[in-house]
Amino acid sequence: MSNPVNLTIDGKAVQAAPGTLLIDAAKQSGILIPAFCYYEGYSLQAACRMCLVEVEKFPKLQAACTLPVAEGMVVRTEAASAVQARKTTLEFLLTNHPLDCPVCDKGGECELQDMVFRYGAGESRFTEVKHHVDEKQWSPVVYYDAPRCILCYRCVRVCDEGMGVTALGITHRGAYSEITPNKGDHLNCDQCGACIDICPVGALTSGIYRYQTRPWEMEHVGTICTHCSDGCKTTLGVRNNEIVRGNNRDSTGINGEFLCIKGRYAFDFIKHEDRLQSPMVRRNGKLEEVSWAEAVKAVAARFAEIKAAGGAIGVAGSVHSTNEESYFLQKFARQGLGTPHIDHARSGDVPALIHALAGKTDALATADSLYHAKAVLVVDADLSQQHPFLAFQVRANVRHHQAAVYTVTRGPVREEQTAAKAVHTADYLAGVRGLGEDLKKHADLVIVFGDGIKGAAVGELVAFGDSLGIPVRYVCLVDYSNSRGAMDMGLLPELGPGYHPAAVRGMSLPQMAASQDLAALWVVGADPLAGGKRLASGKAFVVVQDLFLTDTAKQADVVLPSASAYEKSGTVTNVTGQIQRLKKGLNIMGAKPDLEIFGLIARAMGVDAGRAQNEAVFEEIRKSVRGYNVPLPVLATGGAAQAQPVNGRVDVLPDPELVRSAGDTLFTSGSLGRYSKILGSVMEAPGALYKG
Amino acid sequence: MPYNKPHPAETIIISRRFHLPNSASIDTFLAHDGYKAARKALDMSQDDIINEVKKSNLRGRGGAGFPTGMKWGFVPRQSPKPKYIVVNADESEPGTCKDRLLMEFDPHRLIEGCLIAAKAVGAHQGWVYIRGEYRYLIDIMDKAIAEAYKANWLGKNVQGTGFDFDLSTHTGAGAYECGEESALLESLEGKRGQPRIRPPFPAVSGAFQCPTILNNVETFCAVPDIILNGGDWYASLGVPRAGGTRLLCISGHVQSPGVFEVPIGFPMMRAINEMAGGLRPGRKLKAVIPGGSSCPVLKADECDLPMDYDSLAKAGSMLGSGGMVIMDDSTDMVKAALRIIKFYQHESCGWCIPCREGTLWLKKILTRLDDGIGVRSDIDLVGELAENMLGRTFCPLGDAAALPTISIVKKFRAEFEARLAQVQVPAGVSESLVRIHV
Ligand SMILES: Cc1cc2nc3c(=O)[nH]c(=O)nc-3n(C[C@H](O)[C@H](O)[C@H](O)COP(=O)(O)O)c2cc1C
Ligand code: SF4
Ligand code: SF4
Ligand code: SF4
Ligand code: SF4
Ligand code: FES
Repeated sequence: MSNPVNLTIDGKAVQAAPGTLLIDAAKQSGILIPAFCYYEGYSLQAACRMCLVEVEKFPKLQAACTLPVAEGMVVRTEAASAVQARKTTLEFLLTNHPLDCPVCDKGGECELQDMVFRYGAGESRFTEVKHHVDEKQWSPVVYYDAPRCILCYRCVRVCDEGMGVTALGITHRGAYSEITPNKGDHLNCDQCGACIDICPVGALTSGIYRYQTRPWEMEHVGTICTHCSDGCKTTLGVRNNEIVRGNNRDSTGINGEFLCIKGRYAFDFIKHEDRLQSPMVRRNGKLEEVSWAEAVKAVAARFAEIKAAGGAIGVAGSVHSTNEESYFLQKFARQGLGTPHIDHARSGDVPALIHALAGKTDALATADSLYHAKAVLVVDADLSQQHPFLAFQVRANVRHHQAAVYTVTRGPVREEQTAAKAVHTADYLAGVRGLGEDLKKHADLVIVFGDGIKGAAVGELVAFGDSLGIPVRYVCLVDYSNSRGAMDMGLLPELGPGYHPAAVRGMSLPQMAASQDLAALWVVGADPLAGGKRLASGKAFVVVQDLFLTDTAKQADVVLPSASAYEKSGTVTNVTGQIQRLKKGLNIMGAKPDLEIFGLIARAMGVDAGRAQNEAVFEEIRKSVRGYNVPLPVLATGGAAQAQPVNGRVDVLPDPELVRSAGDTLFTSGSLGRYSKILGSVMEAPGALYKG
Repeated sequence: MPYNKPHPAETIIISRRFHLPNSASIDTFLAHDGYKAARKALDMSQDDIINEVKKSNLRGRGGAGFPTGMKWGFVPRQSPKPKYIVVNADESEPGTCKDRLLMEFDPHRLIEGCLIAAKAVGAHQGWVYIRGEYRYLIDIMDKAIAEAYKANWLGKNVQGTGFDFDLSTHTGAGAYECGEESALLESLEGKRGQPRIRPPFPAVSGAFQCPTILNNVETFCAVPDIILNGGDWYASLGVPRAGGTRLLCISGHVQSPGVFEVPIGFPMMRAINEMAGGLRPGRKLKAVIPGGSSCPVLKADECDLPMDYDSLAKAGSMLGSGGMVIMDDSTDMVKAALRIIKFYQHESCGWCIPCREGTLWLKKILTRLDDGIGVRSDIDLVGELAENMLGRTFCPLGDAAALPTISIVKKFRAEFEARLAQVQVPAGVSESLVRIHV
């Protein structure tokens, strides 16, 4: 830092870096200057005039949100003139504000309420007729109530700068100014709700949450989104055993305030009428509801028989289960059931990357590196559709640090809007090699790649990275909330936990399905027979644990209703290896967390697979899974613990042909997404490019 | 048709071609010293041109009166970015109608001024931003620009000097706020017309984030004579810190309203009584808006002063844009205040709270007062609300709304009192409650 600037704020000596805005310098020294339009990270507006303060030698009050600090500056934020200005600005603001706080969603967590409470007049001098405009619905998730709007333009900026969507603008002028969708009267946008979240008042409300509750009637449960693998923290507002909202106002997660439509709204699948709430056993060809005890007994008895007879048992794990569940499942399968046939739906070739990076340290990027790297190369991925948070990080990096973005994709992607170079090709490696000279110029680089780079191509990509002569870090994209954890925990036929080769190599999912001899298939939160596929083995005993009656469940002999990520605790690992904790928000009658179900089956079989209890299993994971010996307090306090790099030789590399991303869009989420009415209600996911 | 013959008391410099037949054509222009100054400037160094303008004490004619030479000197000469010239022809300040005459009767003078400014700062592109309502002027300017291109006073290699300069018109869409320089630039760039955060000022970062000279039409039009006759000559026409002549637009309760060119420092009462023909018979002067509706109003007894920046500032008002509105004793000052605030309320862009909400509130109260259903506390409230806007808005439009309002309420309070609702307020009852039942 060049020499700090010395100034005095409210009698306090303060130091700040040159160029710091007065409002930030004040905040750094614990002095909060009131503000509506100023919002860290977004462009300056100087519009609300709430931040006016007295600065010596200036004839007029100065806007602290746009005034850079200067040596010797003497500032009084609570000078009588400043306080009077604030009070009267609030008075102006309230003239056309409806003051319908008693019914407003924002009541209780409204910045205008807080500000008026602190600085406002006790009595209103405005006795004229207020200007009224009817409320508008812009999309299934976004409603706008113009009279409540204080025109701080935060929504406009978060949509333009944060989301890269630019769906919002201003229309009319003067006191009749309103926020409006830029194109017509509706929003064909990401439907992320960021505009609603950032709105300081109740002008923008969410179609899901509006008029449901008062904020103080909810319990706030900080957990992790269950949809894509980016691992955003989301704070569930739970009331009467029901999630009424998802947001991230406390900003303590890796995602700051970011959430996409899925993290913010797509929790409604848990209450879908098709949700399974009772175990079922097939009798006379039909699935019939039975008690948990009966169902568990049926599974345990059959598994025991098959095990005793030496029959082949296939196990399909889940990309939504917790690490504890996946670890316990593979251990139970390998040690308890004695079967090596374990797999899950693989969406990225993480083992190949770990192998290719053998011997390197600091070669795996995190969500944070995408915000700090000088250059980012995206290969075969539509980040804005498939990894909304990673895309947000890249946009913020461009905005705040002028990062250079390069894309090599088959078709257009939103990242191209700000890309230094965009290449369209299906030959990704050739496209990447063509950028070598450009990439070399940067101080460091993060390469993010999708399932188009797998097997040997991963090694070639890393060799290319090595040839650049600059520090390069990588992200191997995977699909779902714990896709990464499923691999780390060893839900693979070739590899056990921590990418150690399995003692015996088992069958992959397609091999299990094709096997004539399969005696049992235990499916946990997966749908390998989707689309009405059939097992080659007609005699296999099929057990399915799921939230819904999937195609596979329809063919099952026993169906066990399991709890969603919002109904259980445990840890998950995101796409960049950050381990975070789920926190249970509510109970759904009849459903049980997978771990509990495993424990019941193990007990009924008399198999000792260890205690089926989160803390105990996680302790074991910390001890036995490479990279997972992370500090517990970080997790316990809701933080993200970075799995240590586990780069090293992987002696048996899994078959790359089985790596296939489901290719979800912003508005789909595999099978869960089909049960989310909110995802179904929004228009088709918008195209790659908004601008232009 | 040429403009009215000049009044004998005028000092005609920038309006000297107004009275010629066919004054807008390039032939007339060339026959009367046209482009001579530009020809001279094309051979001068950048510093010499700017120094001449600095010596002239020319101050911006758009309203704020900023020294023009100093502004031109702020353009970073070494910047690798292109530099631009922007003419503020948004002329929307109520009472102001001088730029239209300059463009209508002597459009080549403006082009010449732009060319000299371009040479001074190394700009090769300029725009004349004309208010949308001046549609007919766009045709005149476009025609003059086409003539200038044809005669190689615009375009590539102007007069064989190797200097390139392109100029075109750009039309506004009917917003007073787009006369504010930074809002104008936003509008010019195709965005919503609202002001920018300053600094940076246009000279450093203006149109398309490039250094930009932005001046009023009249300011550019003053430049050719400064180059031709020298800065000292121009300075000597005015007063010590403000050189040259100005166009006064005199409207309202006078017998011969019009635009008159006078040296800065010309006595206000002479302008009203001699040039504008004085008041109507039997009428007495009540008040004068000296420089456009944004200026505090002067009472009749405050008007005996020279029209220069310092004298008007001392009297608590401003020289502004030269738009003088004369009000005689038939004027209803409550209505005048309402009319002024209606304008600003309509034109407030809405970006900042005090102006957006303050102007509407003021309009509502003043409407009631005008309707005869105001209560006593309304009068103070009007003054207070205007004070609460003053100096706190994002751009000067808020001040422009507040200043005349404050002055009228203060200076003509009795007229407001005489218009209050005639109701008995029972003891202990708030006046504002009573008003609802009026
Ligand atoms: C609300 C507002 C409206 C303005 N309108 C005009 C205008 O119509 N014409 C103009 O020349 N200047 C106008 N100005 C002044 C300009 O911002 C700017 O100061 C001027 O164009 C600079 O040129 P000058 O230095 O030659 O006066 C306006 C300013 C404000 C705040
Ligand atoms: S929901 Fe998201 S994308 Fe849509 S307008 Fe709001 S911020 Fe923009
Ligand atoms: S809708 Fe909300 S965020 Fe947008 S301008 Fe209005 S108050 Fe600000
Ligand atoms: S980006 Fe992924 S993790 Fe984040 S909210 Fe969206 S779906 Fe959930
Ligand atoms: S003072 Fe504020 S609302 Fe008024 S015109 Fe200027 S920026 Fe717009
Ligand atoms: S926070 Fe400074 S003007 Fe709004």
